[in-house]
Amino acid sequence: MNIIYLLLAISVIVAIIFFIAFIVSVKKGQYDDVYTPSVRMLFDDELVKTDPENKQPLNKVKSN
Amino acid sequence: MELCFHCGEECLDETILYSEKTFCCSGCKTVFEILNSNDLTYYYDLEKNPGISPKIREGKYDYLENSEIMGKLLEFDHGTTQIVSFDIPSIHCSSCIWILENLHKLHKGIKSSQVDFPKKKIRLSFSSEEISLKNLVLLLCRIGYEPNISLDNYEERESNVDRSLIYKLGVAGFAFGNIMFLSFPEYFEINEFWLDQFKHLFRWLMFSFSLPVVFYSGRDYFTSAYKGLRSGILNIDVPIALGILVLFLRSTAEIVLDLGTGFFDSLSGLVFFLLLGKFFQQKTYSFLSFERDYKSYFPIAVTRVSTEAGKITEEQIQVYKIQKGDRIIIRNEELIPMDAILIKGDASIDYSFVTGEAEPVAKVSGEKLFAGGRQQGGIIEIEALKPVKQSYLTQLWSDEVFSKDKNSAFQNLTNKISKRFTYAVLSIAVLSAIFWMFYDASKAWNVFTAVLIIACPCAIALAAPFTLGNMLRIFGKNQLYLKDTNIIEQTANIDTVVFDKTGTITANDKSRIEYEGLELTEEEKSLLGGSLRASNHPLSRSLYNILDKNNISTPEDFTEHTGLGLETSYRDLNLKIGSSTFMNSSEILVPERPAEKKNEKTSVHISSNNQYKGCFSFHNSYREGLSELFKELSTDRQLIILSGDNDGERERLSRLVPEGTRMYFDQKPGDKLQFIKELQKQGNKVMMVGDGLNDAGALAQSDVGIVISEDINVFSPACDGILDAKRFRDLGSFFKLSERSIKVIKLSFLLSLCYNLIGLTFAVSGNLMPVVAAILMPLSSISIVIFTTLATQFLSKKLKN
Repeated sequence: MNIIYLLLAISVIVAIIFFIAFIVSVKKGQYDDVYTPSVRMLFDDELVKTDPENKQPLNKVKSN
Repeated sequence: MELCFHCGEECLDETILYSEKTFCCSGCKTVFEILNSNDLTYYYDLEKNPGISPKIREGKYDYLENSEIMGKLLEFDHGTTQIVSFDIPSIHCSSCIWILENLHKLHKGIKSSQVDFPKKKIRLSFSSEEISLKNLVLLLCRIGYEPNISLDNYEERESNVDRSLIYKLGVAGFAFGNIMFLSFPEYFEINEFWLDQFKHLFRWLMFSFSLPVVFYSGRDYFTSAYKGLRSGILNIDVPIALGILVLFLRSTAEIVLDLGTGFFDSLSGLVFFLLLGKFFQQKTYSFLSFERDYKSYFPIAVTRVSTEAGKITEEQIQVYKIQKGDRIIIRNEELIPMDAILIKGDASIDYSFVTGEAEPVAKVSGEKLFAGGRQQGGIIEIEALKPVKQSYLTQLWSDEVFSKDKNSAFQNLTNKISKRFTYAVLSIAVLSAIFWMFYDASKAWNVFTAVLIIACPCAIALAAPFTLGNMLRIFGKNQLYLKDTNIIEQTANIDTVVFDKTGTITANDKSRIEYEGLELTEEEKSLLGGSLRASNHPLSRSLYNILDKNNISTPEDFTEHTGLGLETSYRDLNLKIGSSTFMNSSEILVPERPAEKKNEKTSVHISSNNQYKGCFSFHNSYREGLSELFKELSTDRQLIILSGDNDGERERLSRLVPEGTRMYFDQKPGDKLQFIKELQKQGNKVMMVGDGLNDAGALAQSDVGIVISEDINVFSPACDGILDAKRFRDLGSFFKLSERSIKVIKLSFLLSLCYNLIGLTFAVSGNLMPVVAAILMPLSSISIVIFTTLATQFLSKKLKN
């Protein structure tokens, strides 16, 4: 049962790592704006359409 | 009616057809052209009619070439990389985010841009070699996203956001979870072999986890309790701090003396829930600011003209640097930043900002102009009489009310009850300790601490934050944005409501116009339209807006007499349009009008070929539901109208509002502040409802200051709450809801007292097990949270439309 010392040590260390990750992310301001990224991530796919070389698909989308 | 493809407004004046789409103005069309030629039309696919019609004024941003001002605005400036942040109030949808983050496609000088939607901010990284700051701002203006640059931006930025509550909450939550795991085995397994082997390790681990909870997360409770005690107030933090302290000391003593497992789980849970309540209460509307003063309205720079050796030079100068005697140029729509004398040009100054007076005042050269007026019309030249900080308007801010913290004086409901509560708990603890001293002395200490632990008013402390925090969000959804939760409690106590008139109970943009007199012929009408179109006077603009715009004839001869009116002719028709003085001076007889009509502030008279025809009179148009709202409020509050305007509207107003409503006119900003002070001296709790800077003093002095705003993104003076003008009618419901929230809090107090009684029976009888405390404490907290949430949701149903 002495293994429990090791298990406890590991579990506490893992918990502390995540805790530090949380503190760092707050400090960097990741939680300051929680809305814009959710909108921004929906754009990425569409950017292809606006590529200057693909004028055709762009017009098609508009006429739909 | 066709809608503009760009901005979605109805195409009123003209309709422009371009690439099979309709636009309401050439500005909107230009934006479309810019985006279309850069393959950015995805903008229009994301949202329907997302655009904003651009407004650019020539020369407005010339000051951005001034290197000192530039230096203040730039966050980072090195080599070819410059970083700047702007507030853009017109950000409103996902299309806005998309276009603003793709600015680099419009100009290669822009490296990247990032939008913060809730704050309506954009952060741009660009190269000043490729695009200057001025051109960058102009580019934003051209596509309809005009940044707001005011004197506020010039002041030192405070960039540090206070995130300490999140850290504290994080620490408490982290410790709470871990301690729960570690204490779980001992809840049920007693005298088990392996558990006995490890329990000391578990207990010391729990102890070390609880250290940051007590000394970091719970620190605020100790300091607040200490401050309260020192000033002789038993606030709610006193019993909480006592509870935390006793929990920690007793638990530590228990594990040191090997008496038991202690209450570390309850301790960390308690702190965690308390902080959660604080966090919930802290709802902020990041795109609004409740702390504005004149700096947010004032321009950052103005154009100074100086004559040196016969040569006239214009330069951009920071407004704080204006000295007495400097000559300044003010363009159309620009604000006069200091008291000055008019030197040149036709001034028509809109003082609505400062005095509440709705109509612009015409001034001739030599007359004094006050800071805060907005020029409407052509370019004027003025000479500064005083520096910005000593001007009449800005001096209002030196009044002490602006530096006073309103909240400190207010004792909220929770603190009121905590006094009695603390006394009760202490006496129960002492009494039961004395009882046990005689009965079984070994248990006396045990019982004493157990009472203090179980009576720790976690649920009481949570009732107000959750009820009011919920209410705050519900109000926010209904376009009443409050600064913090204390405002709701204060609103429930209000017995006097003071309204400003112009812009508050009247609608700003829509004045009602009526025509009286002989009917105008078709020719007269079409010439009238044409003449008004040519004139820049605000009255002409609003009159022009209501006229039929078809078939307008352009005047052949057109003279504008400043401060009087227009004289215009077409073929053999001659029209005079203007004030009654103008008519008199042209020896046209203006018929005598009834006294009541005469009082009305504004009218435009018309004569055709020196024959008097009639006049258009402008009435204030009152907000919808004004009478109903006043009737609703007057049942248990006294109502007062305090106007900076003259008393021309007194009679019409008194017909609209219930009897007993007091009205005061010609009130200057300082008078309003004094008036509120007097009311408060008489023991009244006063709410001020206003809109402009002229109400700023009164808003700050009142117990609750609410600003009515047509567009919440446009600035409003420092206040406790901002109400969207569309919801003006609902002010009464907000009062009712505030009062009911207080009832909900009182009910929650009752509920948590029941839990306390149950806990106390365990504690007093001397068998409080850690597991009982660990169950009872979260249970009471959670049921309070559920109760308040359900109750506030139920109450708010009536408000939803």
